[in-house]
Amino acid sequence: MSLVELIEGPLWWLALTVLLLGVGWRIVALLMVGKPKDLSVARRSGIAGALEALLLHSVPHGGNLGRTLYHFMTGYLFHIGLFVLVLFAAPHVAFIEKRLIGVEMPWWPELPRWGFIIAAEAAFAGLILLYIHRMTDPVKRALSDIDDHIGVWLTFIAMLTGCLALQEAHAGLRALHMLSVEALLIYFPFSRLMHAFTFAISRSYTGATYGRRGFTP
Amino acid sequence: MTDMPGSIAPDNRPVDVAAAVAKMEALIGSHLGSYLDACVHCGQCAQACHFHEATQDPRHTPALKLQPMTRVWRRTKAPFAGLRKALGLAPELTEQDLRDFEPLIFDTCTMCARCTVVCPMAIDVASVVAATRQAFVAAGLGPPDLLQAADNARDKGSPLGVTAQVLEDRCEWLADEHETEIPLDKPKAEVLLTISSIELMKYPDSVVAMAKLLNYAGVDWTLSSKGYESTNFGVLSGKGDVAKIAVNRIVEAAESIGVRTVVIPECGHAYGVMRWSGANILGRPLPFEVVHITEYLAALKRQGRLAFAPYAKSAVTYHDPCQISRRGGATADARYLLDGFATDFREMTPTGNYNWCCGGGGGVQAMARAADVRHEVFRIKMAQVEATGAPALVSACANCRLTMDESKAALGWDKELLSIVEILADNLVPKRAA
Repeated sequence: MSLVELIEGPLWWLALTVLLLGVGWRIVALLMVGKPKDLSVARRSGIAGALEALLLHSVPHGGNLGRTLYHFMTGYLFHIGLFVLVLFAAPHVAFIEKRLIGVEMPWWPELPRWGFIIAAEAAFAGLILLYIHRMTDPVKRALSDIDDHIGVWLTFIAMLTGCLALQEAHAGLRALHMLSVEALLIYFPFSRLMHAFTFAISRSYTGATYGRRGFTP
Repeated sequence: MTDMPGSIAPDNRPVDVAAAVAKMEALIGSHLGSYLDACVHCGQCAQACHFHEATQDPRHTPALKLQPMTRVWRRTKAPFAGLRKALGLAPELTEQDLRDFEPLIFDTCTMCARCTVVCPMAIDVASVVAATRQAFVAAGLGPPDLLQAADNARDKGSPLGVTAQVLEDRCEWLADEHETEIPLDKPKAEVLLTISSIELMKYPDSVVAMAKLLNYAGVDWTLSSKGYESTNFGVLSGKGDVAKIAVNRIVEAAESIGVRTVVIPECGHAYGVMRWSGANILGRPLPFEVVHITEYLAALKRQGRLAFAPYAKSAVTYHDPCQISRRGGATADARYLLDGFATDFREMTPTGNYNWCCGGGGGVQAMARAADVRHEVFRIKMAQVEATGAPALVSACANCRLTMDESKAALGWDKELLSIVEILADNLVPKRAA
């Protein structure tokens, strides 16, 4: 088995397995810790509060937009760019069809080349601007630890190798991209990248707790 | 963990790290664990925190206050904790950590939840800080004056030493002085009114005002010498045993009198504790409703049982106590009371659920060593009030009022601070005219 075959075969499935089992365990184990029942008399539904918080905390509110505009703009730029690339870049769609589900998806939109470039530029700009802020802002510097840096760099390398592999001119470049993505997937469940899932749990708990009181912050 | 030179607690008390870890382990549930897991260190919370706003010191970033508990979580109860520990990736919480973080957990967090509003993960830092305070106290740390206030509450019935005898004496004096009835220890009543000792000792007119308003509306109410103190310094200080004693006193008094309603006076945290945590601290549902005085008066006004002459002395603005509005959900009632009463009412910006804290909530008011930073925080409130052009600021929390009064004196501010119950009681339409 060649190195390329190893990366595109067993190593890929290993990374995917670690990701799925790791993420699943993080969520299940967290919820299994449990929480005491709230015995106070609710003013309104906690479920409504949880749903409200899930939506509300996706956008700045409470008059804070001006204070957090940089975070909002760069965060959205990066996340939207990344999601568009992951889900709609033509090579990714082909990979999902052939390697992941084995079914053609003619209805699934593929990014044209110009769309890829825009999405990639947005994702890179967002990530770089966020990282510059992490390195320069006193608050973020006080908060940051090694996990924050590893997560950013793994994501950056995966995006960079993805751009190099776009033309699919060389199997080695494609394998390099897959290897970097595999590193990201394996790191994911053990890191703060898990916020992609834990955000929903955190928002829901706060929304439910405060929603019962009558106001979702 | 973040290195924070210069923040070491100014004493050499022995620190029981194991006790702190055990307490944190016991208190971390899925909700707190989800907060500790979800923080992405984005730092937006600093933009909402009055302590950071006033000092621009990155140590006053709310997310930093998650760190002691995060360290314990990642080493003990979090998913993959064992793996992290085995690989040496989950360092222990140390005595130095506890000493470094003590001022941040106590002195510069009023548990106001402004940071929760701005957090993309909606992390409730206030609840993590409340639990962390319990762990720090278990370790032997905590501001001595705050802990003393809690001990006073346990031993004397009140953080300011208001014993049952002092209560009786002062109520008798106030009733005579103001020619109003202040019933104490009626065997049966519909409503149990509680008081905060801050009111009784520093703002006794508030107690008189509540009595006048309830008497005017014909409410069947009483105070009780068995359960009168509404503040709960057990919760504020992180002393869980004192918190339970304080809740239990009110519950036992209410049950013995058979009341349907317990009214919390002008005190924000007292409302938050009794309304939203009382049953949880006690471990059973409360057999009565708990309402803040503004909620109760608003209900009486809706029923047509209160009539006020318009307050036209000056323009007024309203300061929302965090534990009544943002964390309590009773934001609207104070405004309902002011509506049609204060003829020139002006909202601050931001206001209501998004208002800035006074700087003295969460027990910070009781910490002498936090006075300077509190005064700096108060400058935010001063600017807010001045922007409205109103010469008077009304509130519904004696703790906010005391905090603001002290800062006002320290900074030489000239605006007037008012209590909502006092201005309402002063402007009741005489019964015959009503």
